[in-house]
Amino acid sequence: MTYETIFAGFGGQGILFSGKVVAYAGMLEGLNVSHLPSYGPEMRGGTANCSVIVSDEPVASPLITEPTALVVMNGPSLDKFEKAVVPGGKIFIDSTLISRKCERDDVDVYTIPATQMALDMGIAKLANMIIVGKLIKETNMFTWEQLEGAITKLVPASKAAMLESNIKALRAGYEY
Amino acid sequence: MGDKVLMKGNEALAEAAIRAGCRHFFGYPITPQTEVSAYMAKKMPKIGGTFLQAESEVSAINMVYGAGGAGVRVMTSSSSPGISLKQEGISYIAGADVPCVIVNIVRGGPGLGGIQPAQSDYFQATKGGGHGDYHLVVLAPSSIQEMVDLTSDAFDIGDKYRCPVMIMGDGMLGQMMEPVEFKDTDASSLPEKEWATSGTGMKRKKNVINSLFIEASELEDLVLERQKRYDEICKNEVRYEAVDVEDADIVLVAYGTTSRIAKTAMAKAKEKGYKVGIIRPITLWPFPFEAFEKALSKNTDKTFLAVEMSMGQMVEDVRLAVNGRANVEFFGRTGGIVPTPKEILAKIEEIGGAK
Repeated sequence: MTYETIFAGFGGQGILFSGKVVAYAGMLEGLNVSHLPSYGPEMRGGTANCSVIVSDEPVASPLITEPTALVVMNGPSLDKFEKAVVPGGKIFIDSTLISRKCERDDVDVYTIPATQMALDMGIAKLANMIIVGKLIKETNMFTWEQLEGAITKLVPASKAAMLESNIKALRAGYEY
Repeated sequence: MGDKVLMKGNEALAEAAIRAGCRHFFGYPITPQTEVSAYMAKKMPKIGGTFLQAESEVSAINMVYGAGGAGVRVMTSSSSPGISLKQEGISYIAGADVPCVIVNIVRGGPGLGGIQPAQSDYFQATKGGGHGDYHLVVLAPSSIQEMVDLTSDAFDIGDKYRCPVMIMGDGMLGQMMEPVEFKDTDASSLPEKEWATSGTGMKRKKNVINSLFIEASELEDLVLERQKRYDEICKNEVRYEAVDVEDADIVLVAYGTTSRIAKTAMAKAKEKGYKVGIIRPITLWPFPFEAFEKALSKNTDKTFLAVEMSMGQMVEDVRLAVNGRANVEFFGRTGGIVPTPKEILAKIEEIGGAK
C-alpha cells in the first residue's frame, strides 16, 4: 500500500510539521517514507506545501503528482491541488478557513473546522494536528497508538505540555 | 550502526561529513543548500571543529585549499552560481593534489537562474569547470541514505588519490527528508599524508603545496603522474546500478533524483508490456562505461533514453559509451522543472510504439 499525501496551506500553520509527523510515524513502523517540502518562490508568497509518501515499497519519485490524499488549510491550496487528487482519493478541508465547497464528485471530501476547534480548545496553533488526526483516522494509514507513539517521539521529552496539547489536538481530529 | 532517523538531505550530508572526520567547513549560504552551512555552524563549535562563513564563495574555496593542504578533512558546499565562483580555486586544488570535498546542490541555471532542482551543471562538474588537465571525481546520490554513504566515500577517495571530490545532488535531494542510518566508518587503511604542510617539527624537509610550475617538462611530468591516479580511479571507483538492461528494448539512463522518477516510469511501462531497464550512474566521473557494455552484450537492437533535468548533458557521455552501436534518445526538463513519470512514460511509448 502506498499513501501519497500533499499537505498545503499558509506558512506558519505547521504544514511541514504535519507532513513530518506522518512521515515519522511511517518510519517508526519500518515503512519507506519521504517528505519533500516546497522551498520555491511560492513560499515567499506565504504558501507552503509538502509531499509525503508512506509505502511498503521503496519510494521511487518523492514528488507527488497524483496524491491519494490532500490536506488543505487555505483556499489557494484547494484551488491548486484539487484537480490533482486521484479518483477515489480523499480531500481534507479546514472549513474554518475555506468557505467554498470542493468541486470534485469522484473523491471523498472531509470538512473539519480545525482552526475553530483549535481556538475553542485554547490550542490555536495546533489546527494542523487536528486535521492530521482526521487524515489518519479516515485513511487508516496508522492506528491511534502508532500516531500517538510518533508524536511522543517527535516532541522533545522536555516539552511535556507541548506534547500533551499535540496529543489532544490529534485526538480531537481523530474522533471528529 | 544506529537507529534510523528522519533527516533533511542537506543536514544528513553535513552530519555524515562530521562522522567521516571532517572538522573544517568553509561556506557561503545559497538556496537550496544553506542547511549544510547552518548545520555545520551549529555542530562544529561543539566538537572542536571550524565553521567559517567566508565573505564569498571565492574565499571559501581558497580556505578549503589551505586546510586541505595542511592535511585535514575539509568540505565546502554551495549551489550552482556559487560553484561557478569556486572554479578557479578548484582548478588550483586539483593542480596542487589537495584532497577535499565539494558539494553542489544544483539549482536551475545559467546565471543566477532559479532555486528549484536541476542537473544542468553536469558539464561543469564532469568536463572541467576550471582550467587545465584535471578531473573531479563526481558522486551523484539518489537518496538521502546514499548521500550519507557517499559522503564518507568522498573523503576516502579524496585522501586515497589526492584529489578533490564533488558530491552532486539537486535541490530536491537537499531539501527532502528520508530515513537514514549512519554507519560506522573506518579510514584506517588510508595512506598517511606525508605531503601535508602540517609543520616539520624540525624532523623533516619542508613540504610545499603549489600549482605553479614554470618549467614545461616539470609540469608535464606532474600532469602525467596525476593522470596515472585518474587511471586508477577509473579502474577502481566506477559505481552504477543497472537493472534489467540485457533484455531491455529501451534502457533508461538517469542519475540522482531523475533516476527515481525514471524508475517509476519504468515500472509503469513494464505493466504496459514494454521491456525497459535502467542504468543509474552513481559516479558521473568516472562515467560507468562498463554498464553500457553489459546492456549491449546480448544485442544492440535497443534504444538508450537519457533522462535529465537539463537540455541534454549526460546524454553526450551516453553517446560516447554506446559509440554508434545503438540508438540514443533524450528527454529532459530544465529551469527547475522536475520531469513527471507520465512524461517519461510518454517518451517510452513514443520510442517503443503502441502496445
